[in-house]
Amino acid sequence: MRSIIDIMDLSVEEIDGLLNVAEDIIANPKKYAKVCDGKKLATLFFEPSTRTRLSFEAAMYELGGNVIGFSDANSSSSSKGESVADTARVISCYADIIAMRHPKEGAPYVASLNASIPVINAGDGGHNHPTQTLADLLTIKREKGRFDSLTVGLCGDLKFGRTVHSLISALSRYENIKFVMISPDELCIPDYVKQNVLIPNGIEYTEERSLEDAMPGLDILYMTRVQKERFFNEADYIRLKDTYILTPEKLAHAKEDLCIMHPLPRVNEISVAVDNDKRACYFKQVLNGKYMRMALILKLLEVQV
Amino acid sequence: MIIGQIQEGIVLDHITAGRGMKIYDVLGLGNLDCAVAVIVNADSEKMGKKDIIKISGPIDIDFRMVGLLDSNVTVNIISGGTVVKREKIELPEKITGVLKCKNPRCITTTEQELQHVFKLCNEEEKVYRCIYCETKAEFSSVE
Ligand SMILES: [Zn+2]
Repeated sequence: MRSIIDIMDLSVEEIDGLLNVAEDIIANPKKYAKVCDGKKLATLFFEPSTRTRLSFEAAMYELGGNVIGFSDANSSSSSKGESVADTARVISCYADIIAMRHPKEGAPYVASLNASIPVINAGDGGHNHPTQTLADLLTIKREKGRFDSLTVGLCGDLKFGRTVHSLISALSRYENIKFVMISPDELCIPDYVKQNVLIPNGIEYTEERSLEDAMPGLDILYMTRVQKERFFNEADYIRLKDTYILTPEKLAHAKEDLCIMHPLPRVNEISVAVDNDKRACYFKQVLNGKYMRMALILKLLEVQV
Repeated sequence: MIIGQIQEGIVLDHITAGRGMKIYDVLGLGNLDCAVAVIVNADSEKMGKKDIIKISGPIDIDFRMVGLLDSNVTVNIISGGTVVKREKIELPEKITGVLKCKNPRCITTTEQELQHVFKLCNEEEKVYRCIYCETKAEFSSVE
């Protein structure tokens, strides 16, 4: 029995396996339509995240399984003071697999220590969100056809953006990856990401302030939200926010086969005028997320197709 | 100053001067039935001054916590009046229930019954991280 708490819980080979299953699901959806017949997914969302929850639920339904669960802490027994450990033990009696979202970092790990069924971390505070990274990886595979020899631009809030940190960790295991970190000083990549991931793996990276300057060299541009509350004062926010908004003008010198990604929801960091550009992949990313969640559920339930 | 040779037991030598009592407390040596001597500010050729702890009698204590407090310490195992084994202390793989996680977003802040556990991530730099949220441990609370 296996749980997935961190993207690094999966080896490169296992991720390859999941990507292959996801692509097979895309090619032959009918083959998978009933494979989870009689199985139940419990979506335990201690904080609301409608998009992630619906993605998990859609994934389970498309495998022919069923879904039980709750969508915020008020409707769960934690509002009566039940511990995560007890919730995990109780739900293990009702369901076959758990997808857990929790505002506290490490809660899904605690659940996995106490559950007798697999637990998938569906986001724990600012810590981990492995299925988002799986969605990102399938998008890169389908758009670029490879994980090696890519120049990946990461733009916006690189300090607090957990999706960015997980993606860096996941991609650092492939050959000849180069990162271009594009952010204001206030939101640059934390030292521990450099110390723990980039430097030990010998990954080449540069830090830039201007999105336009970095643009021509990029194969992938991963945009993130620059949140107002991350700044100490309003003036800095106003000064910087437009610098990191992607517009058709800023794409003028981008590669023809650039892949533009964003974990969504977007606020204004990608202008809607970019949506019709064939290089915009962020809505495909949502769909890819569902397929990777399907592949992961199959793997953890050890369903043979 | 001489404290009698022990026949069976353990001597923690080369403790940085001034840390002997702290180590005595952290290891809970006050709770032992056997004789324990803490010698402070002993002369040392190598270190100038050092502390020493002598424990007489067969005991079973996990000394690895000492490695966190003081990386100088050597453990001498005494049997039949002679040193039969001398070793540097290795860092513990896990620290359970001694340090508290300082991350306000960590699950340990809301689930009181959870043990605070830290895992060794970098031996050279003595980096421990919370097993739940991966926040780096701060040793100021034990040092
Ligand atoms: Zn913690």
